[in-house]
Amino acid sequence: MAEKKFTGVAARMTPRRGRDLTLSCAAIAAILLFTHFAMQGFILDAYLVRILNMCATYAILGLSMNLVNGFTGLFSLGQAGFMAVGAYVTTILFLSPEAKGALFYLKPMEPFLQAIQLPFWLSLLVAGLVSALAAFLIGFPCLRLRGDYLAIATLGFSEIIRVLFTNMQTVTNGAVGLKGIPPVVNLWWSFGIMALVIVFIRRLMRTSYGRAFKAIRDDEVAAESMGISLFKHKMMSFVLSGFIAGLGGGLIASIVGSINPLQFRFILSYDILMIVVLGGMGSVSGTVVAAFLITAAKEWLRWLDNGFSLGLFRVPAIAGMRMVVFSVLLMLVILFYRQGLSGGKEFSWQALIDFLGKPARRDLKREEGGKKT
Amino acid sequence: MLVNWPMLIQQVVNGLTVGCLYALIAIGYTMVYGILRLINFAHGDIFMMAMYFAFFGITVFLIPWWAVMPLVVVVTTALGVLIEQAAYKPLREAPRISLLISAIGVSYLLENLATVLFTGIPRSFPSVPHFTEMVIVGQVRIQWLGFWVPLIVLALVVGLMFIVHRTKTGMGMRAVSKDMETAKLMGVHINRIIATTFGIGSALAAVGAMLWGMKYPQMQPYVGVMPGLKCFIAAVIGGIGNITGAIIGGILLGLLEILIVYFFPGLSGYKDAFAFIALILILLLKPTGLMGEVVTDKV
Amino acid sequence: MKKLLALSLVLLLAIPFVAMAESAEPIKIGIFEPLTGSKAAGGEMEYRGIQVAHALVPEVLGRPIELVPVDNKSDDVEAATAASRLVEAEKVDIVIGSWGSSLCIAAGPSFEKAQTPAIGTSCTNPQVTLGNEYYFRVCYLDDFQGTLLANYAKTNLGAKTAAIICDISNVYAIGLRNYFLEAFGEENIVAEAYFNTGDQEFSAQITAVMDKNPDVIFMPSDFTEPGLIMKQARDLGYADILFLGGDTWETEAIIDIGGAAVEACRFTTFFDADAEPSEESAVFLAKYEEMFGGKPKSSVTALGYDAYMAAVKAIEAAGTTDGPAVQAALCALTFDGVTGRIAFDGNGDAIKNKAIIKTVEEGAFKYIDTVVIE
Repeated sequence: MAEKKFTGVAARMTPRRGRDLTLSCAAIAAILLFTHFAMQGFILDAYLVRILNMCATYAILGLSMNLVNGFTGLFSLGQAGFMAVGAYVTTILFLSPEAKGALFYLKPMEPFLQAIQLPFWLSLLVAGLVSALAAFLIGFPCLRLRGDYLAIATLGFSEIIRVLFTNMQTVTNGAVGLKGIPPVVNLWWSFGIMALVIVFIRRLMRTSYGRAFKAIRDDEVAAESMGISLFKHKMMSFVLSGFIAGLGGGLIASIVGSINPLQFRFILSYDILMIVVLGGMGSVSGTVVAAFLITAAKEWLRWLDNGFSLGLFRVPAIAGMRMVVFSVLLMLVILFYRQGLSGGKEFSWQALIDFLGKPARRDLKREEGGKKT
Repeated sequence: MLVNWPMLIQQVVNGLTVGCLYALIAIGYTMVYGILRLINFAHGDIFMMAMYFAFFGITVFLIPWWAVMPLVVVVTTALGVLIEQAAYKPLREAPRISLLISAIGVSYLLENLATVLFTGIPRSFPSVPHFTEMVIVGQVRIQWLGFWVPLIVLALVVGLMFIVHRTKTGMGMRAVSKDMETAKLMGVHINRIIATTFGIGSALAAVGAMLWGMKYPQMQPYVGVMPGLKCFIAAVIGGIGNITGAIIGGILLGLLEILIVYFFPGLSGYKDAFAFIALILILLLKPTGLMGEVVTDKV
Repeated sequence: MKKLLALSLVLLLAIPFVAMAESAEPIKIGIFEPLTGSKAAGGEMEYRGIQVAHALVPEVLGRPIELVPVDNKSDDVEAATAASRLVEAEKVDIVIGSWGSSLCIAAGPSFEKAQTPAIGTSCTNPQVTLGNEYYFRVCYLDDFQGTLLANYAKTNLGAKTAAIICDISNVYAIGLRNYFLEAFGEENIVAEAYFNTGDQEFSAQITAVMDKNPDVIFMPSDFTEPGLIMKQARDLGYADILFLGGDTWETEAIIDIGGAAVEACRFTTFFDADAEPSEESAVFLAKYEEMFGGKPKSSVTALGYDAYMAAVKAIEAAGTTDGPAVQAALCALTFDGVTGRIAFDGNGDAIKNKAIIKTVEEGAFKYIDTVVIE
């Protein structure tokens, strides 16, 4: 995953660190090469590219939620609302005035908004900032609340945002939504932003702010008595999360190509929460892996919908079978991997080598670890 | 503004009916939360399943409706207990968030299962004689349901209060909700108490579902999502974990939704937001809800 | 135990690769419909029509036709992915669907990019085909329908004033509302109220609207809410008010839900077997009865049938399954479907100049009138 920092410690580099660094570089190079060729259309068709884009975007959204829920210990369910803000701001700023004119056929758009047109990267950035602002405004009253109450209040705000967007005909085009968003998001965009977010969060967690977040998560009262300003740090985490969710929403708008308020129902926040928890709260690599697994598995299981033969007898096509099996798989993972797939740990090359090479020793180690806790 | 009294009375009765039904379902949320600190996201889907049970009982198995009702309550209770045993009991020692995700998983499973078993084609809840007929008093026209629902809900609540405050099981429930560890040490059968709680919540949801079906005879696999969310909000408004609070919250929410649209028809597009705005206002003014207890952090 | 679980999960995910290998060289028609989720009912009914047509005409150009259903889950994000799957992974030759305009709008770019023609069934929003050469549809549009309903209310029903109760979260409903408003005259609309898809309590909206004494109430929305609205209006004592609606109303659920309350309402629709008994519709109805029993629950079933026939006829005319060739063939196509003569205009929209007005009488849909707009 992220490269190891070796400023000034190069001298102290152990053989293991050297190996990890080499492996990381090799992995990143492989991903870059793969992306490059995929972009040329050599390896993947548009369908797989779309799925990979969605995977990366969900990873970004998962990370934004993990920052608040996993690292800071706040239980927030408002992600869908921030995504809606991000998606709408990106789209409104990015679409050409002519395109917007054609879309707003029921009531004309606010002339001021219709005239604006920005390049995609700037639209996305502004979208992130507006989402962050929304998070700031929502955070002001909400962050005084504790635990589940915070979750419900943020969920409530995300639904209020959706209802507002449904009714703001001259700004958002209401229920009709916006379409024709150019598909500028390619693998470089989605994976690039994902990589930036990963590096950013990992760096952030090593700063004093990150440590303050973790302290708040582990024990609020103790953190406060250590002189950590609860409100300031909570707000910071919340606003950053809003910013990243806004970016994710903007990416989704461009990948899907059309948006409307119903896409951003509260159920969407549940989906993202599921990624965070299955990946392991407070684990960056876990979230990324879970986002890829869940998004891909949903698509993968499509063969269940169409009927299939199991040796002797043929299972008839039953629409919706896919989602039933998906939910059952989900339940199994929930029940048997309580700490999430990553067990709350971060990815490391050592763990991977152990996993592949010496399964027996790994089990032994886990048992020892289990006894200790 | 000239007040149209008959209309206003009709609307108040209407709001009261919806409110009582909200209350009935909200009790299930609040009891489970009180004991497990779990927002049981699957509760709305249990409600949905109960509607389908009643539907199939009457239209497919041709059981008369008065016999279907207790049957549906029994089956739904069994379903609630089964879900608790399969999806929540194994997670008793797990972090609270796992339990919540498990609830979301169960909710997905029930919705998708219903889609496969019953198809997504909306069905109409069979109409039950008497309840859905109209009573006309002067200019006021009210469904019989408008009288029956508050009475039934009142009777159920009295029964519930008796169980909670006068029986050994009820004492167990109160003990577990105060402190699970201590209750365990005092010899309370935690698992039995929790299963009973889920059973009671599901039974109330089943009654609510059938009355709801008579009032709004339309159902599809996602019919439980919105009532589920609204009732949960009602429980929080009243102070989650508190049964009286859930009832007050439910009735308030029902009246609020109907009367705001009645007085301000221009705002009807924002109807879904009312519940949330009310919720947020109450949480800000009184963070633990109307009847909730203040919990301070233990150091 | 855990290892076993992990292993079985992996195996389960690997099955598709084993199960894939099957028969060769059929022509693939992608069915892009909401088979699960909130719009599943519409998708299911259209899929039935497509299945009936498939049973009647199972091959073209001497090759068997294979239906490839891909569920779009009534969700726009899923719809975009599903569309991409149809054209990229399943490599279908032509697509039919979907119920729900927003799903089609999300899917449009994928079909256009892959140059795979798509034939919409009941997606009536103008945005679906606008600027997309590869999207066609066999239904008429919201503007046609809204205007027609307004004219019908004015001339045939003699209404001077109208009220609107509209589903504000539904694209289709909003479109109809606007065109109706325009054609009926904004000054003649005495009251307006809104609701959201999935609402169940409407007495407040009904009361507010009825206070203004409109001659008719126009209710653009899907098919579940209007039944409840009419029922609640009758229960509130408004026995005589006339309700007017769009094509979505022709779904049996509306009668089941509304009961006696929906009697005498009026709505537009695409097709009626009694109105113009044709050979095509007789064949369609007989086959439907054989496969599913009874009559189709909605006219969208007939639209699914017509969309399939349009697809087959276009492939036949093109003599190939090559996307651009089939697209050109569709542009030039004219044929008699169950819902009348179908031809496509420059946008890919079906050119239709008439609609059928139906009502409910004694618990069944009944043909009243055919209205023509020049």
